[in-house]
Amino acid sequence: MNEFIFFLNKVIISGATLGSVYALGAVGVTLIFGILRFAHFAHGDMMTLGAFISFLLVGVFQAMGIQTPLPTGFIVLPFAMAITAALALGIDKGFYEPLRAKGVKTVTLLIASIGVTLMLQGLIRLFAGTATRSFFENEKKDLFRIKLPIDGIRSINISEPQILVIVTTLIAVLALHFFLTRSRIGKGMRAMADNPSLAQVSGINTAGVVRATWIIAGSLAAMAGTMLALDVILKPDLAFNIVLPIFAAAVVGGLGHSYGAIAGGFLIGFAETMSVFNWSIMFRGFDNLPDWFPKDLSLVPTEYKLTVAFIILVVVLLVRPQGIFKGASS
Amino acid sequence: MIRRDAILFAGLGIMILALANWFSVPYTLQILVNAFAYALIALGLNVQWGYAGLFNFGVMGFLMVGGASATFISYPLNDAFWSSDGPMMLFKALLAAIAGGALIWGVTRIPKKGNLAKLRGFLLVIAWAVAYVVYRSQIDPAARLIEAEADFVGGLGLPAIFGWVFGGIMAGIIAYVIGKICLGLRTDYLAIATIGVSEIIRALIKNMDWLTRGTLTVSPVPWPTPLPADITASGVASPDMAILLARSGFLAIVMLLVGVIFFFLQRAYDGPWGRMMRAIRDNHIAAGSIGKDVTKRELEIFVLGAILMGVGGAILTSYVQLLDPSGYQPINHTFIVWVMIIVGGAGNNYGALFGGIFIYIVWTISEPASVILFSLISDMSEGAGIGAIPDIESRALQMRVFVLGLVITFALRYAPQGMIPERVRTEKE
Repeated sequence: MNEFIFFLNKVIISGATLGSVYALGAVGVTLIFGILRFAHFAHGDMMTLGAFISFLLVGVFQAMGIQTPLPTGFIVLPFAMAITAALALGIDKGFYEPLRAKGVKTVTLLIASIGVTLMLQGLIRLFAGTATRSFFENEKKDLFRIKLPIDGIRSINISEPQILVIVTTLIAVLALHFFLTRSRIGKGMRAMADNPSLAQVSGINTAGVVRATWIIAGSLAAMAGTMLALDVILKPDLAFNIVLPIFAAAVVGGLGHSYGAIAGGFLIGFAETMSVFNWSIMFRGFDNLPDWFPKDLSLVPTEYKLTVAFIILVVVLLVRPQGIFKGASS
Repeated sequence: MIRRDAILFAGLGIMILALANWFSVPYTLQILVNAFAYALIALGLNVQWGYAGLFNFGVMGFLMVGGASATFISYPLNDAFWSSDGPMMLFKALLAAIAGGALIWGVTRIPKKGNLAKLRGFLLVIAWAVAYVVYRSQIDPAARLIEAEADFVGGLGLPAIFGWVFGGIMAGIIAYVIGKICLGLRTDYLAIATIGVSEIIRALIKNMDWLTRGTLTVSPVPWPTPLPADITASGVASPDMAILLARSGFLAIVMLLVGVIFFFLQRAYDGPWGRMMRAIRDNHIAAGSIGKDVTKRELEIFVLGAILMGVGGAILTSYVQLLDPSGYQPINHTFIVWVMIIVGGAGNNYGALFGGIFIYIVWTISEPASVILFSLISDMSEGAGIGAIPDIESRALQMRVFVLGLVITFALRYAPQGMIPERVRTEKE
């Protein structure tokens, strides 16, 4: 039983947290790919940008003396999401739209997104420096220990940011689902992802759809970035390092397929935690294990945790490039 | 058109002279060595992207392979390793890897149609798992033993120039494997796949402590030309003069190498092979329909580009005399090369050469230039009573990345063909 709870703590809870962050990021990547047909490499830095905006807002809120039972970083989230969405629209207006208007190949947009990545990274570090920061400098990070009603059993550990990220992701996913299936602009987005020219001739406001895409992608990026920073720590290369697992999640789910991206996010999250988990622990309950039974049964050493996502990415690209669900083809 | 190119290169020359005037001459030589190494890497990417339209975002991986291979070849022998059980255990691990590879190969020979077709996928997964377990069971104890008794495997103690060649060969071999697997993918997918592969390579080189010493770094990696210390030992009294001579020697050998490679690349570009590659790039379906083996040609050019990148990576490592796997970042080693060929002009070797040298210089001087700019602003803001800018030095370093992003954005918007664009030759000219 102890072993099982250890598994729950190490694999299920941290996998769900990681998966939620990946899913939020991957939805943005996949929406942009579906509508605008290019891999948006600057997405990771949009997440970092969102996290830093949240951090600034936390400073403002604490200066104003606003105190809540929830972490302030979570309270400021709606504002940070709005600001990041506005910035995402600005980035599109400033960098991608002029290129689209010239009718360049989508490959050029990808290279332009690298340019945006570099500028965002430079700016973030220019203003914020390279130091790491914590959202919990002035507050306590609550850790819940859930005791089971059995004696001598370790407790289930879950921290407040972990609960928040999982719950918020579920809400965001539901909201996105209703937006895509019920609202006019959401239906327009799905139509445009299927066939842009057909969508345009059927009178769908394609410019509006593009704006909606950036707003959703920007706000989800801010949410994912802030949540990641709340759970781990805030640093300038926070999300640049996970932009590839996010792409892996989007590809696994099928680029352009939003539900696939969510599934892919959780799949990659769990794959990472499960592959570094020492499965040998699960067998400790058995008393008469033979001597030769290995002490370490983890699939890969811990330092290769991120590599798992890349390997899944490459394997999926080779075996089933359209993803688990059939994605849009470029 | 030729005149415009000549003016651009003359401008670059004046820029270098101005640098030599602003900084010291030895520092300018150092910039030039790195700039020419990057020019070689840019030529490699130009072959892949400019000639053949392959979207390789894994440049960093090939640079790392080149650097690590050069270190392995030219670093002195490690007697502690060779006298231990390490070589034998590594040999066993190699046998295990070969056996595993043979098993996987055997399973892939199962025909896709027939009785076993349904089991094929399942057996393939099993084969991979068995191969992985067998290999890990051999390599793990070997790695532990080497790290405990000998630190790491050391090198082979061969001349540095062999290291450069071997760096190119290793990068080519790895590119062959990657190309075999990935080149079926289209643009964005190929970019994501190659960037993923380069991250896998980085994780391996960073964590295989027994082979590369990982984050502990290896130094000193030898030079192909005499070091400043050697020149001082041979009787040159002034240390400044020794540094100057040593760096000039290194620069000369790099420039010679770039020159020779450039000559052959240009010949290849103008020849039938180059025309065929451009035909494949512009319309691979049409090229395929007139009998060109598109997959094979693309693999060929992917390997060729990677060899150049590997040699470039070997030169970079060799020059700083340090193999530091944690020093490799996608920004400094992948994206910057893309900026080089986009700004220089994809598809034109002169463009890649110009872009490589120019962007490297811009990248290097944007830091001191930012310090000057920030100090000015800081003085002004202090004068206006707002206060000075804190930590100017560390902030200025970050400006390099911003300037790089700005340059590529402007290039894409206002000169998408690059400064020395590709020129399509017609018979009329």
